[in-house]
Amino acid sequence: MTLHIVNKSPDQTQCLKDCLRVFRPGDGLLLIEDAVYGALVNSPYAALLQNRPLVYALIADIEARGLSAMDTGSIKRINDKQFVDLTVQHSPVQSWY
Amino acid sequence: MQFSLLILGSPYSSQSVGTAHRFAEATLESGHSLYRIFFYHDGVYCGNQLSCPPQDEPNIPAQWSALAAQHDIDLVVCIASALKRGVIDSDEAERYEQSAANLAANFSISGLGQLIDANIHSDRVITFGP
Repeated sequence: MTLHIVNKSPDQTQCLKDCLRVFRPGDGLLLIEDAVYGALVNSPYAALLQNRPLVYALIADIEARGLSAMDTGSIKRINDKQFVDLTVQHSPVQSWY
Repeated sequence: MQFSLLILGSPYSSQSVGTAHRFAEATLESGHSLYRIFFYHDGVYCGNQLSCPPQDEPNIPAQWSALAAQHDIDLVVCIASALKRGVIDSDEAERYEQSAANLAANFSISGLGQLIDANIHSDRVITFGP
């Protein structure tokens, strides 16, 4: 199943919404760079992302934005090696930017 | 598993290059190999040998050169993207009658065929958008 990688904040572009339009059960979604803002439970996009399986956010990008103490709910925080593992587990890997 | 990376962002402007570099290191630390890193669009600025960042900022072209030398990775800048942005090797400098070349060590200039080749020879090609 596909791994979707989104790198823009949902407030900045339509990437996340475009991605979710083609998202199928079993696909993975990884939020990196400014997309991690969408991982916060108080984000307007929480309904799209919370309590959904296989949704991840990159720890380095959460920390770089000072968001470590913020609640990201059901979204799993992963490190760079786990990012690599996700790309091994999924095929194809589709980036949205 | 064998990986290739496609980098589209500009160094010092987009986070793309930094994310890709961390990913590259993580793939190697996880025991995978990197076949090729293809720099496209503004990503070709990563191949500019003449970058002179301040001492407390990373020298991005030098970082890629060092990684490639250490792990035998093919670094390719897209020729169409590179030439118009002034990233040029000595052969192209001669062809276009330029007075200097600036392609960083361990990079080569080539065409999109190398991106297709990377897709054929790699288990995964990961795109780092601008």
